[in-house]
Amino acid sequence: MSGFLRDARHRTWLLLVIATGATFWLRVDSDIGLAAAAGTIAIAYIKGRLIVLDFMELRHAPRIWKGIFETWLFVVSAIILAVYRFGLPAIGSA
Amino acid sequence: MATAAARLQQARRLPGVEGVWVFIAADMAMFGLLFVSFMLERQKNLALFEHSRHTLDANFGGINTLILLTSSWFVVLAVDAAKRNRVQRVAPCLAAAMICGFAFTVSKALEYADKLRSGISMLTNDFYMYYFALTGIHLLHVAAGCVVLAVLWKRARAGTYNSAQCVGLECGASYWHMVDLLWILLFPLLYLLR
Repeated sequence: MSGFLRDARHRTWLLLVIATGATFWLRVDSDIGLAAAAGTIAIAYIKGRLIVLDFMELRHAPRIWKGIFETWLFVVSAIILAVYRFGLPAIGSA
Repeated sequence: MATAAARLQQARRLPGVEGVWVFIAADMAMFGLLFVSFMLERQKNLALFEHSRHTLDANFGGINTLILLTSSWFVVLAVDAAKRNRVQRVAPCLAAAMICGFAFTVSKALEYADKLRSGISMLTNDFYMYYFALTGIHLLHVAAGCVVLAVLWKRARAGTYNSAQCVGLECGASYWHMVDLLWILLFPLLYLLR
């Protein structure tokens, strides 16, 4: 197992699997509204960043390309969270 | 100083060819707009979207996430094998990635069949319109990705890819990782956000 984990790409895959499990924990075992939503989106952002940097191999790509994909991921995640937060009070009254 | 900066720039390398990355960026921009559009529509009708979301089986979404993550991982291993000149290992890794792609497709088909059996379709309401449209467009990307992987696998079996020749493999790999990345956001958006 330690040999398996010595490889950075194996560690990335394992982290992604664990993060997916954490997302499920937030869904099943918590009822904490915005915090759960923020956690879920944050985990998706972190997973996405791992894929962009380690799987897509953009960590050592020219800055412009790395920047485009990192910005896309950040902007989309931030907008999702912002729109979610803006609409949250209406859930209670629905 | 200028030489050091130029050397660093030279050391930075984009896998595959730039044209594929332009295509990937354009595709992701389109999905980004669809994600935001879904969230805005959701805000207009929270009760309906929340009620409809409860009819989705998040276990399907979770399993699909693990399938695609594992598939991407196999593709990473295939590219790595080519770069290390372990030519014989490239094709089996691509085959494993392809099997994961097929498994995702079967899982999605089962999920769609379950919905349709329950009388739920794209026309049922706005949530399901987005659900079928977003997952459907993504599924088309998965299907296209499986074809790409099949072509790469066939070429890998002929020993095409090695450290000196792996640009085509990198292009296909980058596309497949994008398919994975899109699902990473799609999954919480449709299945998890309360």
